[in-house]
Amino acid sequence: MKHFFKVLVFSLLMIGFFAGFSNFGIPEIKPAPPPVQEQLDLDAITPERFIALGEKLFNGKGTCTLCHNAVGGRAPLLDQTAAIAADRLVEARYQGNASDAQGYLVESLLEPSAYVVAGFGKAGSADTISPMPSVTAGSIGLSEVEISAVVAYLQDLAGLEVTVDIPNTAEAEASEPDTQAKAARVALASAEEVITRFACTTCHKLAGEGGDLGPDLSHIGATRDAAYLRRAILDPAADIAAGYPPVMPPTYATEIYAGELELLVAHLASLQ
Amino acid sequence: MCGLLTRCVALHRGFARWRWALSGLVALALAALVLGAPGEVQAGASDTAVEATQPVAGSLAPAVIAPPELTAADYPSITGVNSRVTVWLVAQLHLWFAAFVLAVPIFVFIIEAIGMKTRDKRYDDMAYEFIKISITAYSLTAILGGLLLFSLIVLYPHLFSYLSRVFGESMFYYALLFFAESAALYLYYYGWQWLQGGFRKWLHLTVGLVLNAVGTTLMFLANGWVTFMMSPAGLDPAGMFAGDTWAAMHNYLWNPINLHRFIANIAYGGSIVGAYAAFRFLSATRPEERAHYDWMGYNANFIAILALLPLPFAGYYLAAEIYAYSQQMGITLMGGIFAWLFIIQAVLIGTLFLSANYYLWCGMGRSDGAVRYNRYIKYLAIAIIGSFLVWFTPHTLVLTNEELKALGGPYHKYLGPLGIMPAKNTAVNVMILFTALSFLFYRRSNRIATVAWVKAGNAAQLALYTAGIANLLFLGIYHGYFTNTVYKVAASIPQVMTTLIIIVVSITLDSVMYRGAREVAPLNWGRVPNRAQYALFLLAVAFTWLMGLMGYIRSGIRQHWHVTDVFRDASPDAYTPTLGYAANVVSMGTVLFMVLVIFVFWLSQVSSRKTPNDGFWKAP
Repeated sequence: MKHFFKVLVFSLLMIGFFAGFSNFGIPEIKPAPPPVQEQLDLDAITPERFIALGEKLFNGKGTCTLCHNAVGGRAPLLDQTAAIAADRLVEARYQGNASDAQGYLVESLLEPSAYVVAGFGKAGSADTISPMPSVTAGSIGLSEVEISAVVAYLQDLAGLEVTVDIPNTAEAEASEPDTQAKAARVALASAEEVITRFACTTCHKLAGEGGDLGPDLSHIGATRDAAYLRRAILDPAADIAAGYPPVMPPTYATEIYAGELELLVAHLASLQ
Repeated sequence: MCGLLTRCVALHRGFARWRWALSGLVALALAALVLGAPGEVQAGASDTAVEATQPVAGSLAPAVIAPPELTAADYPSITGVNSRVTVWLVAQLHLWFAAFVLAVPIFVFIIEAIGMKTRDKRYDDMAYEFIKISITAYSLTAILGGLLLFSLIVLYPHLFSYLSRVFGESMFYYALLFFAESAALYLYYYGWQWLQGGFRKWLHLTVGLVLNAVGTTLMFLANGWVTFMMSPAGLDPAGMFAGDTWAAMHNYLWNPINLHRFIANIAYGGSIVGAYAAFRFLSATRPEERAHYDWMGYNANFIAILALLPLPFAGYYLAAEIYAYSQQMGITLMGGIFAWLFIIQAVLIGTLFLSANYYLWCGMGRSDGAVRYNRYIKYLAIAIIGSFLVWFTPHTLVLTNEELKALGGPYHKYLGPLGIMPAKNTAVNVMILFTALSFLFYRRSNRIATVAWVKAGNAAQLALYTAGIANLLFLGIYHGYFTNTVYKVAASIPQVMTTLIIIVVSITLDSVMYRGAREVAPLNWGRVPNRAQYALFLLAVAFTWLMGLMGYIRSGIRQHWHVTDVFRDASPDAYTPTLGYAANVVSMGTVLFMVLVIFVFWLSQVSSRKTPNDGFWKAP
C-alpha cells in the first residue's frame, strides 16, 4: 500500500508539473473567436473605413498574414504588390485573364495560381501552382465586398490611389452567394427538373426546342459519352465545341448537386 | 478488508462473464444507430438539407448528403455539463485504453513467437501476463467507447447524424469487427494454457495474428472517420457527399495518421506494461519476484524505446502531409496559435527520452561488467540534455516592449537561431542516436567480445557515429542557415536516413562482433534501484499526457469546423481553448486514466490471490 501511495503521489506531481509548465511556463495566447461576416452600412461607409475594413480582414478573417509575413517567409510580402501588379500582367509567367492592376489583385485572391511568384509555388510544381487557397471558399470565406476591401487596402498599402468602387448595399446583396438557399434547396428528382432549373435550353436545343448559343443537345448521346458530358458541365472551358463562343458559365460545378449531375448526364447520354 | 477483497474478486470474475454481453451491447447499439440512421430525422431547420437530399424512392441517383448549417440552438445542453469537455475527456480516455489494448496483442504476439522459437518459457509467461493486463482494460475500452457514442448522440446529434450518414456502411463493419476482435481476444487469452505445445501452439499464434489483424483494421476504420473531419474527401466542390464512402475514408491524412498511431500505440503499450512491471517490482517481497518483474520492466522499456525511436519521423511525416494538404492548416499547426504547444511537446518528449535512457543506465547495475562503460554515461546524458534544450528553445519570443528593446527584436541573438526547424530536426536526430548508443552500451555491458577484430570493430563504430553526427550537423546548419526559407526543411529526409542507417549498421556490426561473446557474469535480475522503477512510471505518465496533448492539437487545428471547411461548428464552444485550459483538461484525463490503470493493475494482482476459507463451506 505504501508503494501504491508513493507511485500515486509521484504520478500526480509529474502531471502537476506538466500542467504547471503549460499554464505558467509559456505565454497564454487567447485564440481569436471564429470569424464573422462584418455587418456594414455600405451606403454610408467612407473610403477610409473601407480601407480599414480591408486591413482588418487582411490581418484577421482573411488569414493573409499567416503566410504573407516577414517572419516565416512562406509567401511573398504584399506591401508593394499593387504597385507592380501591372508589370506582372505582361510577364510570361502570368496565366490569368485580368486586364488591369486592380483586376490582377482580385484575380490573385480568387485564382492564386494565375501568377505564382518565383520560389513560392507548391513543391514539385515548378512554380506553376500556388499553395494559397481560394479566399472565397472554406474556412476563409470572404464575400465579394470583403475581397474589394482587401484590394483597396493593398492599393493603399502600396501608396497608390484606391480605384476600387465601394459597392452599395443593393449591389452587395445581389452579389452574395445564396448559400443558405443552396443548402436548403431540395434536390431535384428528375433530369427534366434539372434542365428547367439550370435553364439549359436558354442556350441549347433539346428535342428541337431552345436557343442556339451552344450546341444542339437533342441527340448528343449519339456522339458523346457520359464522361465527356460530365466534364462539359463541370468544366465547360475544357473543350469548346467548334463554331460556338466560350460563354457557358463555369459555376455549375458549385451549384449542381452530385446526384442531379448524374441524373442530367444519364439523360443526355440517352439522347441517341 | 479480506471480505472486501473477496467481494472485489467475485465482482471481477462476474464482470469477466459479462464482458461478452457488454461488448455485444455496445456493438449492437452502434449497429442499430447506423442502420437506423437513414430514417432518423433530427429536429431543427438545419437538417432540412440533409433530409431533402435523400434519394427519391425508385430513383437510381445516389444519396447526396449536404453538411448541415447549424445554430447554437441545435446543440442540446445538459445543466451542469460542459458538452465539449465531456466528449473530449470520454474520447481521450477511450483512445488511451484503445491504444493500450490494440498495442499489447502486437508485442504479446511477437514475444510469444520468440518464446516458441527459443523454447524459453519465461517469454511465454511474460506474454501471458501482458495479455492478462490488457484483457481487463479491454472491458474499460468497450465501456468508454459506448459512453463516447452516447455522449455524441446526446450532445452533438447533428454531427453524429452527418457522420453516420457518410460512414454508415463502415460503422456497420466496425460493429461486426468488434465482435470478431472480442472473439479472437477471448480465445487468445482463455485458450493460452489449453493451446500449448506443437500444432496447438501454432494454432494459438494464428489466433494472435487474427486478433492483431482485426484490431488494426478496427483502428484504421475509426481513423478514417477522424481524418475525414480534418481533411474531408469524397465531396463535390459544394461540400455535397454523393455516397463514395471509400473516397471519404481514404482521405488525405488517413495513412499518415494510421502509421503514426500504429507506432505510437506500440510505444505507449510498452510504457504502460512497463509501469505495471514497476508497480509489481516495488510491491514484490521475494527476490525471485523482484527479478521477474525487473526482467519484465526491462522488456517493456525495450519495446517502448524501439517504437519511440521511429515515432518522431512518423510525426514529422504527418505534419508534412498536413502542410501538403493545406498550408493554412499547417501554419496554424506549427506557426500559429498552436506553435507554443510544441515547446510543451518538447518538454514531454525530452522527459520520455531521458526517463527511458535513465532506466537503461540504472539497469546496467545488473551487470558486473558495466563498470567499463560507466564513464561514458555522463557524455550520453550531456548530449541528450543538450539536444533536449535545443528542441526546447522557442523561435519567436512573446515580449513586452521594454523586453523587445532590451533584446533588440523578437529573437534572442544567440539562442534565436536554435528555434528554427532544422535545428530542432538535428537535435531530435542526435537525441535518437545517443539513445541507440545507450542501448548499445547496455547490450555490451555484460559481455566480452571474443572475435579477433574487436579493436577494428570499435574503431569502425566510432567512425560511423562520428561521421553520422557530423553529417547531421552539416545538413542542419547548411539547410537551416545558408539556404532560403523554402528549402529549410529539405534537410529532414537525409537526416532521417543518416540516423536510420547508423542505427541499423551499428547494431548489425555489434551483433556480428558479439557473436559467441563471453558473459562477464550471470545478470543479476532484480539488482536495480527503486528509482529506476519511477523512471518507468514517468515514461507511462509522460506518454499518457503527451498523447492527450497531441489529441488536443489534432482536433484543435480544425478550429471552428466539425469537418474542415465543410461543416461549421456553431456550438457555444466553437472557439479554440488556450493551451493552459487544454493542459488542465488533459491533466484531469491523465489522472482519471492513471487511477483506472492502477485499478486494472490491482485487479490483475488480486485475481491470482487466494484467501484461506477453512470452515466456511460445509463438508461435502
